[in-house]
Amino acid sequence: MSHTETKEAAYKPTSPNSKLDFQSVWEYAPAPQDADFAEVKEQYDLFIGGKFVEPSKGRYFKSTNPATEEEITEFAEATQKDVDKAVKAARKAYEGEWSSMSGKERGKYLYRIARMLQERAREFAVLESMDGGKPIRESRDVDIPLVAAYFFYYAGWADKLEYAFPGKKPEPYGVCGQIIPWNFPLLMLAWKIAPALATGNTVVLKPAETTSLTALKFAELVKDCGLPDGVINIVTGAGQTGSEIVNHKDIDKVAFTGSTNVGKIIQKSLAGTDKKYTLELGGKGALVIFEDAPIDQAVEGIINAIYFNQGHVCCAGSRLLVQEGVADKVIQKLKDRLETMIVGDPLDKNTDIGAINSKEQFETVNKYLEMGVDEGADIYQAKCDIPENGYFIRPTLFTNVSQSNRVVQEEIFGPVLTVQTFRTADEGIEKANNTPYGLANGVWTDKGSKIFKMGSKMRSGVVWANTYNKFDPTSPFGGYKESGVGREGGMHGLAAYIKN
Amino acid sequence: MAEERIDVRKTYKMYIGGNFPRTESGRTYKALDSEGNLLANACQGSRKDFRDAVKIARGAFDGWSSRSAYNRGQILYRIAEMLEDRRDQFMKELGPIGFTTAEAEADINAAIDRLIYYAGWTDKYQQVFGSVNPVASSHFNFSMLEPTGVVAAFAPENSPLLGLVSVIAPIIAGGNTCIVLASEEYPLPAISFAEVLNSSDVPGGVVNILTGFREELAEHFSSHMDVNAMCYTDDLPKEMKKTIDENASLNVKRIVKRPVDDWYDEEAQSPYFVTDFQETKTTWHPVGF
Repeated sequence: MSHTETKEAAYKPTSPNSKLDFQSVWEYAPAPQDADFAEVKEQYDLFIGGKFVEPSKGRYFKSTNPATEEEITEFAEATQKDVDKAVKAARKAYEGEWSSMSGKERGKYLYRIARMLQERAREFAVLESMDGGKPIRESRDVDIPLVAAYFFYYAGWADKLEYAFPGKKPEPYGVCGQIIPWNFPLLMLAWKIAPALATGNTVVLKPAETTSLTALKFAELVKDCGLPDGVINIVTGAGQTGSEIVNHKDIDKVAFTGSTNVGKIIQKSLAGTDKKYTLELGGKGALVIFEDAPIDQAVEGIINAIYFNQGHVCCAGSRLLVQEGVADKVIQKLKDRLETMIVGDPLDKNTDIGAINSKEQFETVNKYLEMGVDEGADIYQAKCDIPENGYFIRPTLFTNVSQSNRVVQEEIFGPVLTVQTFRTADEGIEKANNTPYGLANGVWTDKGSKIFKMGSKMRSGVVWANTYNKFDPTSPFGGYKESGVGREGGMHGLAAYIKN
Repeated sequence: MAEERIDVRKTYKMYIGGNFPRTESGRTYKALDSEGNLLANACQGSRKDFRDAVKIARGAFDGWSSRSAYNRGQILYRIAEMLEDRRDQFMKELGPIGFTTAEAEADINAAIDRLIYYAGWTDKYQQVFGSVNPVASSHFNFSMLEPTGVVAAFAPENSPLLGLVSVIAPIIAGGNTCIVLASEEYPLPAISFAEVLNSSDVPGGVVNILTGFREELAEHFSSHMDVNAMCYTDDLPKEMKKTIDENASLNVKRIVKRPVDDWYDEEAQSPYFVTDFQETKTTWHPVGF
């Protein structure tokens, strides 16, 4: 083809306008991840007392692949009776075998789970991408390896709890009700189940209705591991099912990850009861870029902070605060970088941004895009192609925004970044903290002392310095203010499952 | 009539740098069963063997201590998996030296569980024993633990598998490398355990196992200038203790004495066995714009 030649002629190793112009040099051929080996059943029942059981009302709901809008499978809808059955199974397991088992032996089950997850990692990664829309590169390299790592880490704590709680005899709560979101389905399951079991609790867990597939595959894996019946129970359904768990009389502790709105409803409905709770809620993280920051590194950090997992990240850095002197340069480099991003098939190994998780969320993000423009912001979107079917949104920047704009104030939970500037460090801190949220913030500077000063002034549970969106089982995670109560991960994460 | 099959016997050599060399000295001594019959000839390791092993352990230190705690944990867990898989081999090894079937089983179980116990500590002792220090000036000040370096150890004389494992595991869990002298009277399980290590993912040189005589090697173990710590758990003869302590002063070697009577006891495992072979490093960093 003749145009190949013209392309070669146009190739320049370093482009004078600093554009990251890859596409006119070469094109990415499709690199699909094989998905046929991952078995999906036509229908999934509830996992209660070590068995798969049909829902009492016999109702099922469909689950679709957000990248194709095709139906994948259907899940059982758990109603009050089913939740009650699950809680009873969890209670029975708690009062039976599980609470009398030594920490050492409990830990061995968790190690088994970790090992089997490692063995079947690719299968889980494929299913996670199919059901939730996230790029296979992320489910394969981030989500699933971390899932195994969390189980491995907490397995080791099971017989060492007295070292984590000096001067206290650590005791489990009993039965924990756990409700998890759709952005990191299996990872959130691991964050909930691993510390709960390590400390000797039993659980009833509800995955999000749009992403229940890997939780039920996990249930199959749990059976393979020979875990005593009823220690882990998984019930599927939407908000109503979650509410049945939260309000069940025999639940000792509620752990929830999701939106701040729902978190507040849960906190309110637990008022006046003795139930314990931890909440991991929303965020509106600021990325504070100083003039002395390594700019290219900062731009990569911003990309990772907001476009990782389509921006479906509670700790996403969705507000860029850039110091005036480098603002134009950073914004230009960011726009250039956006043009290189590949939006499309989550199961293609080259994909940077996959599908928005559901139709509902797709509409929410689009609503915010309109709202931003209506409020007078300048919108910039990458010019990349996106697939015709499925829920895809191009990576987006809003410039010319002010602190009071709703796109700056509210959590969008999509690939949308707002850009503001600041002049002094104090102004940067004030803007960063001007939000009801306090989950995570980022700072970029080459000056170490500034990192620690900013770190001490920013009101959030996590501060990332010259990096962003890093997770590790040993590192506590959780929010200040309306981003939640309690911490998950690390030694601190054990406290959420120990009587105080 | 079928001819009676003559079995093939194993040669027990030492374990240095991921290989199984014989002692350079060419000397052996007899490892006997509980009735005084010959089980095998064991290497009588020499000063030169020890010096070679130290050099190799030092070479392995940078790589091993740079592994993530998670990775070290995975590898310790892998050793446990391999040991579980070779139970029969150790049943055969422990029987002739006086273990009843039940005792041998208990010993192997405890050794496997001990490896898992320390696998769990690799990424936790830092959180339990490290600290952020609230200094009064405008500094961010924190202390973390780092491995001491190359550790020389005498494995317990009367617990040739469980005792050996209990000494090695906390040393390597913390990122150190080591040279261990096996039980003098019962050296064979240690060499079989080296086969377990060799088929796990432990890099060569992280654990080196010598067989030989304490009387001969105590002097060299304690006086080597590139060994950072020495450890023993038995009650050694008074003279030997004194030699070790005195030699340690040549390069301020850390001497770790942890008398353990019963290796099955919960007291025989502890994160303090890990911190015994750790140094505390404190970093100061200014805070301000």
